[in-house]
Amino acid sequence: MELNEPVLLEAVGVPDGHTLASYRARGGYAPLEQTLAGKQPGDVVEMVKASGLRGRGGAGFPTGLKWTFLPKDHPGPIYLCINADESEPGTFNNRILMEDDPHQVIEGIILSSYATRASTAYIYLRYEYPRSWHRLQGAIDEASAAGYLGRNIRGTGFSLDIHLHRGAAAYICGEETGLIESLEGKRAWPRIKPPFPAIEGLFRKPTVVNNIETMACVAQIARRGVDWFRSIGVPSDPANPRDPGSYGPKLYCLSGHVERPGCYEAALGITARQLIDQYGGGVWKGRRAKAVIPGGISMGLMTESELDTPLDFAGPGKVGCLGLGTAAVVVIDETVSIVDFLHNSCRFFAHESCGQCTPCREGTSWSLRIMERIRAGQGRLVDLDLLLEMGNTMGMMPGSTICGLADGAAWPMKNAIRKFRGEFEDYIRRTNPTGWMVTDPVPALAIVGAH
Amino acid sequence: MTAPARPILTAEMVARIEALAPRYPNRRALTLPALHIVNAELRHVPLGAVVEIAALLNLAPAEVQDTLSFYEFFHQDQPHGKVRAFVCRSISCALRGGDELLQRVCSSYGIRPYGTTPDGELTIEPAECLGACDFAPCILANDDLLENMTPETAVAELSKPRARAT
Ligand SMILES: Cc1cc2nc3c(=O)[nH]c(=O)nc-3n(C[C@H](O)[C@H](O)[C@H](O)COP(=O)(O)O)c2cc1C
Ligand code: SF4
Ligand code: FES
Repeated sequence: MELNEPVLLEAVGVPDGHTLASYRARGGYAPLEQTLAGKQPGDVVEMVKASGLRGRGGAGFPTGLKWTFLPKDHPGPIYLCINADESEPGTFNNRILMEDDPHQVIEGIILSSYATRASTAYIYLRYEYPRSWHRLQGAIDEASAAGYLGRNIRGTGFSLDIHLHRGAAAYICGEETGLIESLEGKRAWPRIKPPFPAIEGLFRKPTVVNNIETMACVAQIARRGVDWFRSIGVPSDPANPRDPGSYGPKLYCLSGHVERPGCYEAALGITARQLIDQYGGGVWKGRRAKAVIPGGISMGLMTESELDTPLDFAGPGKVGCLGLGTAAVVVIDETVSIVDFLHNSCRFFAHESCGQCTPCREGTSWSLRIMERIRAGQGRLVDLDLLLEMGNTMGMMPGSTICGLADGAAWPMKNAIRKFRGEFEDYIRRTNPTGWMVTDPVPALAIVGAH
Repeated sequence: MTAPARPILTAEMVARIEALAPRYPNRRALTLPALHIVNAELRHVPLGAVVEIAALLNLAPAEVQDTLSFYEFFHQDQPHGKVRAFVCRSISCALRGGDELLQRVCSSYGIRPYGTTPDGELTIEPAECLGACDFAPCILANDDLLENMTPETAVAELSKPRARAT
């Protein structure tokens, strides 16, 4: 269940840890050599399936299972898209992996391409990571020179090119089909699924999209074995045959009001409180936490009394959060107004909605405008019900949108208002003493008729 | 479509775009790389360049413009400053003074967010999470991450000239 030493982060702090020589000295690329010498692609798929690895990009889908959705005996090409768009507020673990141990990522990509029979892998990298760009390109060049990339690798007939593709500062490019559209040169409007990318993805070919940390896990499973991976984390619930469990190490990003923000590796299932106290040095300035984001802002909020929740794939959902998400834990101390928090969240989603679905486009932008009105001292108690109504009706879960961005926008609204309603009501009464009780519609602007 | 009398895309830019062509099965996928190549040189992508990129990639100009305008990233009317500074306003930075940082830095230079100083040296833009929340509040200035900024340290940093390698 425990993790004794960092594995995914083993290169952090190692001088020249990002180089091929250092990676090899740690045992890197030997698993790839052995795989190419003696194993079939199907063996790698079976290994990853047996490990119980679940995707680290946010949705937690079992990685090996996803790979099996690719059509059998497809003439190709099959594409692998590596999602390095990492834009979920609070999240930075992909950045650390790419900067400090790019070869771990590259070895994972080569193994995964071998398993899925992909001959081209694109790394879709967010624009804001210039250092990752240089480190990854350097690692690709070194791996090519060492004969791990290119034509007919190690005489196996397996060929692979890895290309970096740079984004342009849009959160929606992290959604897997938005990523595909963006890579194709179009606006990043997510696609309706099905068809899923495994059947019809990039350039209309079978495609797997996986996160950077997922690739690092594949490299470590190949090196340390399935049993090692399954010895860490939280086993599947025997009472629930559909629970795939939460196996392996996880990179938790800790930020906000903690003494020591940073990226910490722990076994899946550490509680938020343990993470904050044992790794983060506690809430800063000796204060108490008011609320904690469990896995990126899309996942909503836990209250202080919910901090003993284990941060595994099943944990945050048990306290009403959307899920584990990216395991980016953001601590909000007792001095912060929950109204300011929700305003910040609504502003983010209003800015990042791609605008394709009406409930998301209108819901995110109106929720921001309502939050602005509340903060300007013009709030009414009925606004809270209106925000909840929007939160309950926009998203894939209620079935009104194409992608999960809208669910991620809705969750902070629903969690903040349900868990901190008293604070919202006090704020509205205090700042709008003459109008908080009004229930008439806000007077329509003169320009409404223009539509 | 007639080729513009004075092309905006230099031979070097075209060569850099063409060098990437073998990476993709069609030319439309070169749109974003081409926009980045032009933007890195000109610090904006004027409409004329959009028309030239479209011609190069066998696309309608509207297709390239559609993609460009989806991202708020590419300035079109005027170049951004020699230093382009993205000040993070998302949650982890906001909790540590990100909004105040943006406001104070803008007022120090007498410009509004998205504005450029009159000498053309610096553009300041609000940004969503830069993926560096461990260093909040932070600023990305060209290729450099400025960590744990205060308004004072930020102004000192942003007044320095800064190379751009990518
Ligand atoms: C709005 C939105 C943004 C997303 N952003 C990212 C991202 O930045 N990085 C990422 O890996 N996955 C992101 N995802 C999840 C991807 O759609 C996809 O599930 C993931 O890349 C699959 O990789 P994995 O199975 O290895 O986790 C996002 C999803 C949504 C709905
Ligand atoms: S839910 Fe929002 S972000 Fe996702 S496709 Fe619809 S409009 Fe775009
Ligand atoms: S919130 Fe500012 S870098 Fe993440």
